[in-house]
Amino acid sequence: MPIISKGFRGRPGGRDPELPPGQYRTTDFPVLSTGPSPHVDPDRWSLTLVTEAGETSTWDRQALLALPQERPTVDIHCVTKWSKFGTSWRGVSLDTLLDGVSTAASFVKVASYGGYTTNLPLEDLRGGRAWVVHEFDGRPLTPEHGGPVRLLVPHLYFWKSAKWVRELQLLTQDEPGFWETNGYHDYGDPWREQRYQGD
Amino acid sequence: MSTAIPWRVATVVGTRDETPTARTLVLDVPGWPGHLAGQHLDVRLTADDGYSTQRSYSVASAGVPLELMVQRVEDGEVSPYLTGSLEPGDRFELRGPVGRWFVWRPRDTAPVLLVAGGSGVVPLRAVLQARRTAGSTVPVHLVCSVRSPADAVYADELAEPGEGVDVAWVHTRSAPPDDPRPAGRIARADLDVPGFSPADEPLCLVCGPTGFVETVADHLVALGHPAAAIRTERFGPTG
Ligand SMILES: Cc1cc2nc3c(=O)[nH]c(=O)nc-3n(C[C@H](O)[C@H](O)[C@H](O)COP(=O)(O)OP(=O)(O)OC[C@H]3O[C@@H](n4cnc5c(N)ncnc54)[C@H](O)[C@@H]3O)c2cc1C
Repeated sequence: MPIISKGFRGRPGGRDPELPPGQYRTTDFPVLSTGPSPHVDPDRWSLTLVTEAGETSTWDRQALLALPQERPTVDIHCVTKWSKFGTSWRGVSLDTLLDGVSTAASFVKVASYGGYTTNLPLEDLRGGRAWVVHEFDGRPLTPEHGGPVRLLVPHLYFWKSAKWVRELQLLTQDEPGFWETNGYHDYGDPWREQRYQGD
Repeated sequence: MSTAIPWRVATVVGTRDETPTARTLVLDVPGWPGHLAGQHLDVRLTADDGYSTQRSYSVASAGVPLELMVQRVEDGEVSPYLTGSLEPGDRFELRGPVGRWFVWRPRDTAPVLLVAGGSGVVPLRAVLQARRTAGSTVPVHLVCSVRSPADAVYADELAEPGEGVDVAWVHTRSAPPDDPRPAGRIARADLDVPGFSPADEPLCLVCGPTGFVETVADHLVALGHPAAAIRTERFGPTG
């Protein structure tokens, strides 16, 4: 039985079926990071995909912009409890980047400029559910929101959507990233409220 | 597979108004497993129709009884409740501690540069307490940015912070008449402190609203502090 907080009513808008458990809706833009935002020169940015066999593919900004662009509009959920509905982005689907890559890997370790890492099952990057994005709301992504390019995996808590993304390493075994070794959940599904280890 | 962090029942055992809009809650939490200075916890409030919502709050004390310090956000869903009608004997749920990155450990030997924007002082106050409790002598410099003197939380205890700890106030809107520093937003010079330069290899802990944290972290990088020595905690979108 939950403890009833005497006199607490909550906001009418809080009872929103589109909100995952424990989340609340904000119109601001959540920011969660561990230290200063790296300022990466867009002209020096690149993304490298490394397979478990050590084969690499690299895209710089021009190469990324030459690929088919998508404009996902998605809800995002930050583990610090903010959810923001209907955010619009522009970038390239991971299906496009993974197309033609031969791999038997099941996991991905994502690494960022500045040293941040996070891990996901490879399957979660496929099926039109993940992008690398370079625009938010029609404007180039700013450093505090992960510019020049970040990962966007909106069906998981937002810490999985690594900012300042630099490398995707395909792995046959799961390897926890930064928050995942600091007490946060390995998978991070907001609908199952997988915030912390053991949830 | 580890077990989930359980929800526990917190009972309010005391309250203290820090400013007209900020209140300390002193809590009794049976079974609390202990925490490190800097960690936070999740509070869950439940209405009588079953609706519940959660927010994160930093722990303001180094040990038990747990203290939280909540700044009221007008139109907020949770903070007006926590700073309003709650009184001793009232109960709500919480779970934690959470976060193993934005922490200070008593065995740490580096000087510590603490930078707080508004209620961001909460976890940094726990660092000061933990240092004192542990008998640590690491030098600490705390910069507190507040709008005006009336917004200063913990002003009395920070006036006598103890040996080895300096506290500097930055007033963004109105400074006291005798303050040599005119009112204004935090600047690089406010963070350029002898004994806490990059050569002294301090640990930098920065906490406050997102914009404040972003500005301060950028200043610290520009002063030459390595990014890995700057740990940040962001409380909210604005401020
Ligand atoms: C790790 C962590 C630790 C935190 N520790 C503390 C703490 O020790 N003390 C404390 O008082 N708060 C702390 N916070 C902030 C706290 O979790 C809530 O966000 C805050 O109390 C507002 O909640 P609310 O329900 O009253 O407002 P909401 O109903 O969530 O928001 C109402 C409106 O206010 C805006 N808003 C939300 N938060 C803020 C803010 N902080 N400042 C200005 N505007 C805001 C929202 O965007 C919204 O427009 C912490 C947050 C995090 C993530």
